[in-house]
Amino acid sequence: MAMPAAEIEALIRAALPDADVVIEDLAGDGDHYRARVTSPSFAGRSRVQQHKLVYDALGGRMGGELHALQVLTAVPN
Amino acid sequence: MSDINARLSQLVTDNDVVLFMKGTPLFPQCGFSSRAVAILDHCGVAYESIDVLQDMEVRQGIKAFSDWPTIPQLYVKGEFVGGSDILMEMYEAGELQQMLTEKQVARAV
Repeated sequence: MAMPAAEIEALIRAALPDADVVIEDLAGDGDHYRARVTSPSFAGRSRVQQHKLVYDALGGRMGGELHALQVLTAVPN
Repeated sequence: MSDINARLSQLVTDNDVVLFMKGTPLFPQCGFSSRAVAILDHCGVAYESIDVLQDMEVRQGIKAFSDWPTIPQLYVKGEFVGGSDILMEMYEAGELQQMLTEKQVARAV
């Protein structure tokens, strides 16, 4: 079930090329991650819409293969 | 399919605050659900909780209903607010408390 951090990062970057993506492996088990995604594309969008952009980038893996991924979104200053 | 949507629609309109979660507020079955419960308790609002583990139809149906892939999910006055990450972001920014006050949600007793 686990997925490498680099793969998560690559999926997000492919969908949001302007994004700054930082993935942390929270438990060191390749399964519990936090993704901090900062992108100008988030400007003017609600938190729900911002998170949906990230979920869309992960192509249906969220809640399945990626069951323990925290997502934090932000617009660059 | 439309039956479950009607049921979910009824649930989120009949109750001011509804948390769809895994387990119960006393015995959450997942860290993310546990966090959502802690945040709502800190905010001191009354809420209805729905244990999706007890109802497969709701567990699958709520994901399509909200167009959101994960549990927990919070609704306030019929509106989808987000999952546990969004609740935490909003809580830390003071936005969640402000929204609950503005929407005049009942306090927990």
